[in-house]
Amino acid sequence: MKAFSTLYRTLDGSKRTNQKIAALVAYFRDCPPADAAWAIHFLSGRRIKLGVRRADIKAWAAQEADIPQWLFDESYNAVGDLAETINLIVPAGKETLGHGLTWWIEERLMPLVGATPDQQRCLLVESWKQLDPSGRFLWNKLLTGAFRVGVSRGLITRAVSEALSAPMARVEERLMGPWVPGPGLLAQLGDAASAADPASPRPFFLASPLQDKITDLGPCNEWQAEWKWDGIRCQAVRRGRRAYLWSRGEELVTEQFPEIARQVERLCHDCIIDGEIVARRDGSILPFHELQKRLGRSVVPKRILREIPVALIAYDLLEQDGTDFRDLPLSQRRGHLEELVRPVAGDQIMISPIVEGDWSELEFQRSQAAQNFAEGLMLKRKTSPYRSGRVRGDWWKWKVDPYVIDAVLVQSRRGSGRRAGVFTDHTFAVWKNGVLVPVASAYSGLTDAEMKELNAIIKNSGLEQFGPVRTVKPEHVFELAFEGVSRSARHRSGVALRFPRISRWRRDKVAAEADHFPALEAMITKTPIIKREITGELFPDWPGCGTDPTNQ
Amino acid sequence: MAELLRVTTEGLYCEAGDFFIDPWRPVARAVITHGHADHARGGCASYLASVDGLPVLRARLGADAPISTVAYGETVQLNGVHISLHPAGHILGSAQVRVEHKGDVWVASGDYKNGSDPTCLAMEPVRCRVFISESTFGLPIYRWNHDDIVRSEILDWWTECKNTGRVALLLGYSLGKAQRLLAMVGHDGPGPIVEHAAVASMTKAYREAGVALPQTRVAGEGMPEGGWAGSLVLAPPSVQGTPWIRKFGEISTAFASGWMQVRGARRRQGFDRGFVVSDHADWPGLLEVIAATGAERVLATHGQVAVLSRYLSEKGIDAGPLATRWSGETDGTESEPAP
Repeated sequence: MKAFSTLYRTLDGSKRTNQKIAALVAYFRDCPPADAAWAIHFLSGRRIKLGVRRADIKAWAAQEADIPQWLFDESYNAVGDLAETINLIVPAGKETLGHGLTWWIEERLMPLVGATPDQQRCLLVESWKQLDPSGRFLWNKLLTGAFRVGVSRGLITRAVSEALSAPMARVEERLMGPWVPGPGLLAQLGDAASAADPASPRPFFLASPLQDKITDLGPCNEWQAEWKWDGIRCQAVRRGRRAYLWSRGEELVTEQFPEIARQVERLCHDCIIDGEIVARRDGSILPFHELQKRLGRSVVPKRILREIPVALIAYDLLEQDGTDFRDLPLSQRRGHLEELVRPVAGDQIMISPIVEGDWSELEFQRSQAAQNFAEGLMLKRKTSPYRSGRVRGDWWKWKVDPYVIDAVLVQSRRGSGRRAGVFTDHTFAVWKNGVLVPVASAYSGLTDAEMKELNAIIKNSGLEQFGPVRTVKPEHVFELAFEGVSRSARHRSGVALRFPRISRWRRDKVAAEADHFPALEAMITKTPIIKREITGELFPDWPGCGTDPTNQ
Repeated sequence: MAELLRVTTEGLYCEAGDFFIDPWRPVARAVITHGHADHARGGCASYLASVDGLPVLRARLGADAPISTVAYGETVQLNGVHISLHPAGHILGSAQVRVEHKGDVWVASGDYKNGSDPTCLAMEPVRCRVFISESTFGLPIYRWNHDDIVRSEILDWWTECKNTGRVALLLGYSLGKAQRLLAMVGHDGPGPIVEHAAVASMTKAYREAGVALPQTRVAGEGMPEGGWAGSLVLAPPSVQGTPWIRKFGEISTAFASGWMQVRGARRRQGFDRGFVVSDHADWPGLLEVIAATGAERVLATHGQVAVLSRYLSEKGIDAGPLATRWSGETDGTESEPAP
């Protein structure tokens, strides 16, 4: 655990990429292969489900520290991180065990799975006593599933490829796939002979927000414009008549969208399609929160399947029958995509419509995006290859200007993690029949100086209270920006704001001058209509299956 | 029994003796626990403070401020009220104020710590019926390490900075914390020690009071021979992000404060290192002192007021909050008032 602690300290403390990579390379080279595999597992954001209740962890920690539960909870509020709170509160043991990372995971974390609460408690308490402080902090982080450190996937890829002297591209592709930690992982990532799992997705190409003027992009005919959908980015992989749907977080979501998977299976070729999953009913795209009902379930109930139909809007083709298309220009990929998808296009798979027009027409179209339940337009350079990661220059997201309202700050909550102890989560209200109704929570948007000032105000206003939440005297007005408003039964106000954030502090306004509820209601997006440019028909048994349409 | 001390709009007031303790507005008679800005404010007609703290208080309140002094333990009488000052262990000259009237004894702690500090006398718990206690670090997550551990952490970091050609910028309160840090590192450092002017004026006051501190130079006097790299620069937290730090070239920034116990506090402010050094009592320290006073009633001020009151109440002590305007140790995000 010591080597892993040292690695963590360097990664956590350094802002320099080279220093981080050097530390990673040294760790991968020197540690046992099983430790390296677990490190890659956790550093790349994967977790293990241990089935230990958080409430239990808190209770056992309080008992070990011999303090009342409320005092543990207060401490947790101040620290904002359970792993660290335990570390600071639970007395350390007299002797520490010097085992490596793999031992602490396989002997002390994995056995928690399926254990009784009593057994779990024994494992936890014993481990807390046997770990040195820095090791205990990390072990707690793994235990609570909150292990995070500032390394990107790209950095891990670079370090692994350097440590193994293997090409970056190979390591990157294999890291995308469904691998499991184990002593053989490193070799598997670098070995030229072992093929990457064919069902794995490719690194996603990510667009950047457009900040320049649209005319700075050059001639309009060099660009392809599409709607920017408000859905879930997805790579649909078809391998040997089986479909695998991957989210951007590289999780398999095939089970959540079975009807899309079935259509992907009906495609005529093995392939990898990039696109967006949206909720879509009667030709209209539904708000994102409807789509969310599909997620986070292992089995989607029939009722949800029926009520929230979904579609894959396909916009790129990365591979077909084992041929990598990523280096082809977008215009060619698009041609292949249309040929591939058209036979099965319909309610479950559609091709992302191209929005035509010159810059001024596109500017107008963008302003109409909300009517289509899109967030704006995507601009893609027609000659661009399919790159990997967030590379600026070829793909831009050109979102609609946000909606704004003036709202009153009514409540603040302390943040967690690096924002622990600071009031960062603010609740805002607007007037409705003479009272302030909370309509949104916003976390970001203030400058550091404003945040400081606001914190001082919140700390000094009102009496000392327990818990992380403070009621604030309603006298500060802020302009909130957001992407849209929809009706919502889950919110007490009856509306949900999408991506609300603080755009400025209206010091010129008093609470009475804040906006009224009807102003917000007026912004509720009408049920949107999508132009069904390519609807296609359903061909359950497309006769061309198995043959190459390019040869027809 | 009548309240011997109570909070008014001016400050913590003793009606029987007609004086205030650390008032936040100008008053006729002010008893001062220590020289930090939230406790020692200008404009009062007369001050009473410990003789140990006089040079510091003069540096803060001005050479002409009407300050009377007493030695620790010496008693002053005002209208039949006995007032005495007792070491609080917070900074040089810091005192707890013991107030006795008709057999009732109250003690106002000011700020205190009960750990070791080479720059001031150790805290002496005073028996009393009512104890007004600060509660800055009144949560069980706050437990301080022994000075020796922190000392070697600081020296290691400084050495590492020297070896990589950087300046070690150590931020801390210019009064008290900075001098304690100086005394902690002593003469063992790998390079010269440079002080910000605000720190230097307080260090001068400490030296006048007879506290032995290692040799330092003021940043304004110019670069040491061989450049800034490798030196330890002591400055108040308010210099963060100001042009003042630019002249030092490549720096590693550390903050010395009790708040550095929590990782989030360090990360949020972008410090490279955080050293847990506080001039306030930690959780076990608070409980230990409160027990040693034998107080039957505890009034908690500035800090974790609600937490400390509730904890003590559950232990059978009559405890509650007292709303003062003292702020205890700020976390470095708020600027320190100019000396």
